[in-house]
Amino acid sequence: MTMTPEQRAALEDVTQFIYREARLQDEHQYDDWESLWTDDGVYWVPANGDDIDPEQKMSILYDNRSRIALRIRQYHTGKRFSQTPQSRLRRLVSNVEILSDDGQEVRAAANALVFESQTRGDTLWASRNEYVLRRQGDGFRMASKKVMLVNNQKALYSMAFLI
Amino acid sequence: MEHCPTIPIVPAAPAPSWDQLIRPDHVHGSLYTDPAIYQQELGKIWFRTWVYVGHESEVPKANDYVMKSIGPEPVIMTRDKSGAIHLLHNRCPHRGNRVCMTEQGNARSFTCPYHGWTFSNDGDLKGYPFPSGYEGVDRRELGLGRVARVASYRGFVFGSMAEEGPSLEEHLGPAMRAIDALCETSPEGEVEITAGFLKHQVKANWKFLVENETDGYHPSFVHASIFEVAQSGIGSLYSAESTAVSRDFGNGHTENDLRPEFRKRDVPLSWFGTTADKLPDYVGKMNAAYGEEKARTIMIDGTPHIMIFPNLFIAEIQIFVIQPLSVNETVQHVTALQFKGAPDLNRRMRQQTMGSVGPAGFLLADDAEMYERTQMGVQMRNPEWLYLGRGKHREHRDEDGFLIGDNTDEVPSRGIWRHYKSMMEAA
Repeated sequence: MTMTPEQRAALEDVTQFIYREARLQDEHQYDDWESLWTDDGVYWVPANGDDIDPEQKMSILYDNRSRIALRIRQYHTGKRFSQTPQSRLRRLVSNVEILSDDGQEVRAAANALVFESQTRGDTLWASRNEYVLRRQGDGFRMASKKVMLVNNQKALYSMAFLI
Repeated sequence: MEHCPTIPIVPAAPAPSWDQLIRPDHVHGSLYTDPAIYQQELGKIWFRTWVYVGHESEVPKANDYVMKSIGPEPVIMTRDKSGAIHLLHNRCPHRGNRVCMTEQGNARSFTCPYHGWTFSNDGDLKGYPFPSGYEGVDRRELGLGRVARVASYRGFVFGSMAEEGPSLEEHLGPAMRAIDALCETSPEGEVEITAGFLKHQVKANWKFLVENETDGYHPSFVHASIFEVAQSGIGSLYSAESTAVSRDFGNGHTENDLRPEFRKRDVPLSWFGTTADKLPDYVGKMNAAYGEEKARTIMIDGTPHIMIFPNLFIAEIQIFVIQPLSVNETVQHVTALQFKGAPDLNRRMRQQTMGSVGPAGFLLADDAEMYERTQMGVQMRNPEWLYLGRGKHREHRDEDGFLIGDNTDEVPSRGIWRHYKSMMEAA
């Protein structure tokens, strides 16, 4: 199916947003990353499957907006030892698709591969990410990011950086 | 950051006597790094003593099963059609294949995919294909391996691979009172484990985790980052001025008894960082179940912070199950405690647990960092020893005869090592 020029433009905008988010995470630009979120943002990394009920079952991360802010404040103390020294990170994000677009919110998905180098050793993390991006002003804000780790049913090493 | 070189694991001198490695206030670094010592621990501790496996509420219905472990070995915890709990080794007695590959489910039997042998969920061999090839064979000898002894206390299921030994009650001893107190936090007197486990792996020896659970010295430093930015009320419990105490119950069980601080605050649910008006349904049910006076005592004292040797840590709002995989790899399985009849409390239990523990937790990611750096440290030499002398001069017996000390003292570590030594020396 051919994309309309509007759809192409939306996909390009979404892709650029996702790339920027990835770079801010890789480079520990905590405040700039936090500013990507809407006031009702939810940051979710499920455990033991991709479709668990986060209100009933444990997730690796299930942060509402105030908990996202707390996470950032914890980094800024300089005593978040699992990130002091910080992990060195580079991630590739690809297979970006727009799943739906109602003019106000875009649901998008991508695959991500993150290489982490940490005191413990080097770890490769792979995930399917789903985003809800809300049009605000002349750009997007992130209302939801769900990171479905390929190995989320297994025991995982600490993942204290922003995934 | 420079790449950290891998330091080879060097075995200690052959067959050291435990006296040479474990002194009253020092332990030798090789206890955490020597693969030969780890192998001995499997036989003397993990495959002998009572090890926590799971909770009855994880297999609520007839024929439910869930995959669990005893040390590095997977075991299947099943509930048979009569309601009895079994712990089965996940290994076909024919060729050693795994008979169960799913984490949990409901099944009356398990069929090995290799040659079709089928076992009932109590372990008995029900049958094999083409049976004429087994003429004269006694099927009763070809069931799944069973953990020799299975026992539970208030829903907490333990297994021991030794045919004989102390009973579960003898092993738990005073830790039973802590489990009782935990259950009393429910208006119906029961704990449930229903929220699923986070599995957090660390490159560290299992004993660093056991010792850390009741080390009241580290929170002020390792967790300073979250105490600074969240109004948690936990930090002061572990200050030098805290009136909380550390306690050695014997048998390797240790605790941080936080009740003196909570009693000083004298505010119900302060232990949970909240107040009664935030949880009116729960408070109402507690008052109805226990009467206002006792309910108030329960809600002031809070839940225990106890490390039940060797692998069950009850940490106020969650449980951790410690599973060694090798001498320097360990998994902590952690989930929120859920109290029967307390949905409003349980919701907060889950939220707080998700925030604080697991691979990204505000607390546990930093604990894990300490385990891993300590593991790297003890692979190096000079000094070869770790010093456990904190508070030795001021430890004393409480009215029940248990050794206690300040909350930041190393009474628990010394108690764990005393018990460890007795287990390793046992024939």
